[in-house]
Amino acid sequence: MSAPVLIAGIGVVSAIGMDTGSNLQSLVTEKAGIGKMRWLQSAHAAELPVGEVNRSNEELANLTGLSARYPRTALLSAIAARETLLDAGWDKPDSSRTGFISANTVGGMDKTEEFFKQFSKNPAAGKLSQVVHHECGAVTELVADFLGIRHFVSTVSTACSSSANAIFTGARLIRAGLLDFALVGGADALTRFTLNGFNTLMILDKEPCQPFDENRRGLNLGEGSAYLLLASEKGMRMLNKNPYAMLRGYANANDAYHQTASSPEGTGSFLAMKGALDKAGMKATDIDYINLHGTGTQNNDIAEGTAIRLLFDPAFPKMSSTKAYTGHTLGASGAVEAVYSILAIQHGIIFPNLRFETPMKEFSFHPVTRLMKHQRIQNVLSNSFGFGGNCSSLIFSAA
Amino acid sequence: MKVYIRSTGNISPQHSLNPDAFFSSRISTTENYFKSVEPDYDRFVDSKMIRRMSRIVRMGVAAAITCLRNGNVENPAAILTATAYGCLEDSSSFLRRMIEFEEKMLSPTAFIQSTHNTVGAQIALLLKCHNYNNTIVHRAFSFENALTEAMMLLQEGSGPVLIGAVDEITDDRHAILSRFGLYKKTGEEGRNIAGEGAAFFLLESQPGGSPQACLQDVQTLYEPESVGAVEHAIGNFLDENGLSMRDMDLILTPHTGNKKMDEPENHLLNSVFRGKACFPYKSLCGDYPTAAGFGLWLAALLLKEQNAPAWMSGIRFPIRQILLHNQNGNEHHSFILISALD
Amino acid sequence: MDNLKQKLKEQVIERLNLKDLKPENIGDDQPLFVEGIGLDSIDALELIVLLQQEYNIKLSNAEDGPRVFHSIRTMADYITANSGIVKISP
Repeated sequence: MSAPVLIAGIGVVSAIGMDTGSNLQSLVTEKAGIGKMRWLQSAHAAELPVGEVNRSNEELANLTGLSARYPRTALLSAIAARETLLDAGWDKPDSSRTGFISANTVGGMDKTEEFFKQFSKNPAAGKLSQVVHHECGAVTELVADFLGIRHFVSTVSTACSSSANAIFTGARLIRAGLLDFALVGGADALTRFTLNGFNTLMILDKEPCQPFDENRRGLNLGEGSAYLLLASEKGMRMLNKNPYAMLRGYANANDAYHQTASSPEGTGSFLAMKGALDKAGMKATDIDYINLHGTGTQNNDIAEGTAIRLLFDPAFPKMSSTKAYTGHTLGASGAVEAVYSILAIQHGIIFPNLRFETPMKEFSFHPVTRLMKHQRIQNVLSNSFGFGGNCSSLIFSAA
Repeated sequence: MKVYIRSTGNISPQHSLNPDAFFSSRISTTENYFKSVEPDYDRFVDSKMIRRMSRIVRMGVAAAITCLRNGNVENPAAILTATAYGCLEDSSSFLRRMIEFEEKMLSPTAFIQSTHNTVGAQIALLLKCHNYNNTIVHRAFSFENALTEAMMLLQEGSGPVLIGAVDEITDDRHAILSRFGLYKKTGEEGRNIAGEGAAFFLLESQPGGSPQACLQDVQTLYEPESVGAVEHAIGNFLDENGLSMRDMDLILTPHTGNKKMDEPENHLLNSVFRGKACFPYKSLCGDYPTAAGFGLWLAALLLKEQNAPAWMSGIRFPIRQILLHNQNGNEHHSFILISALD
Repeated sequence: MDNLKQKLKEQVIERLNLKDLKPENIGDDQPLFVEGIGLDSIDALELIVLLQQEYNIKLSNAEDGPRVFHSIRTMADYITANSGIVKISP
């Protein structure tokens, strides 16, 4: 990597907090956000715990002044995106050197589900206003318009690696000299569509999940949104502040094994992690902490663990999955965990892998189980591995 | 940065998979939608894998494989897929069943196939390609933003890059968009025809072999304040490439046939495009957000062949420079500059 | 039992969209997964739904899948043994 890409601002909304400060507070007090769904209406409410943002759509809308009829994904996205711009102090979002690359997988599906209840019985029925923002890109534009970003707007959707890919698309645009600022990240709200979809795959845990545990049972779905404001060196000078961290490395690889399952050897995971190290010009031993993809499914954790063993053996860095706090936030997960990785660097803290009990028998390493403070964290590797074999890894470094 | 179109593969409402057939006859429709001319998919994919693929995935995969075969490449350095609507048929199918069966006894296949990255993922799976793979889903900028990403990848030294634009018409999509008044009833004046297609391209940074054409530049313009802003943007775009409207031999325009929707374009026909040879590419592929994929395929074909089908009137050869304009709802304007090889 | 096996073959072909196969191409004891017919994990999930929808049998532990769905015969045996009973995972 030649020209550095700096992180000038961060913002996050999740089941463990409505902004960065409250997310951090929950992380350090080991307070998870997994529980019974309150806002999503589903036949599975009693049996499937989720990481739900603790606000109704009306309450989310009130925070930004947007319409409560907008898709929940847009409402979550607007809150985190605005926090990020304010945090960075960037007050010219409409400039021709600013872009917005956001990711989501569900788009406006929460509203489309409502529409289809009537439409599926009668093609003339259903309120059209419920489908006007169905597309993933439409949700992004609601937020771009809210923020006033016009020059470059795009949307990425690669399942669970979506917002990681959005992050380095922005980095790429900065390094190509096309932008000085890129607001990058993603959002996804809980929907019946995704809840039921994952349920058909039989990979949901009926209890709060236990990532990387020998007796893990599956994942909990979550929802949230997070963004980074990436800046070129020139952009950073305009902000007249110090960056949080740098984006040192990134890589995108495809497992090319199966539509939903990861290869047992973790090929895609290995290639993504190794690629990120190569891009950063780093060795495996330079990594101080891995924020695991760690969903808690049988398949992901063994594939990811196998790839980690191959890459890091015998010197394993500390690692944990923060999905034990937030659930799997799908399209937002890459960005939510990027923010947590940056907080780890900033505060010298390693967040525990909550509810961990028994190490996986295949591995000699296991995640961190208690909060660790006063750590010297220079380099963090953050993994996001998704359906369709889309595997992405990011490396953040102290600036 | 200039890049080169090494090969293409296009499944569309025209005979685009077979250029000879495309030259001999044009397909029209009396309906207010077009449907693609689809090949026998067994030529492209093993039956064990095809059985799960919905129509859009088959179209995307077949177009991609055609493009790779035409370009004699087995393992591209990157696979980029652009789609505005994603896999609609599977999404609708899963949604309907979820409602009908009240969230019980649902089957996984439709859900798995509904994710937007399915086309790109299936291509990678078939090729066993572990390389860079991304899916861009931004409305009428999906393909253009993917082209920008492809050009950056090539500039960084990756190559060749396989990039495609896919969108499908489904009964539900057509029914819903018809209710928005997008498509007039058959026989009415000012008809907008719904379209679909899967257009793939192999791009490289050097003109190795015999590329079809040169892709010079891409730009998007979001929510222009006035048509004057569009004119200004076109002027700047050409200027940045050391060109002016005088150098343009052909403008591929996004006319839909709907008078209101075509207002901005008709204004441009009387201003910056005045006197230029123009052809409305959506008359061949219908209107859909990633129609610029079809437009780019057409531009590359005309530049390579230096000839047009007899049924395409008003185009004089030789052509060196084509400007492709895509437009949707006057919110999304994009410009693609394509040229013949030197 | 033979009627059940024949019906199962037809349902498996239809549900899994195995257009190239006819019921007579599937042996009663032919392995359905990996080798043999070559089904995969997504097909296993589809067969779980088939059991539920057509035979009112709920296989809620996916790990029982390989045993139950090994062949048409094992599926038919399982259905016969569990007919009318809703299976609850331990």
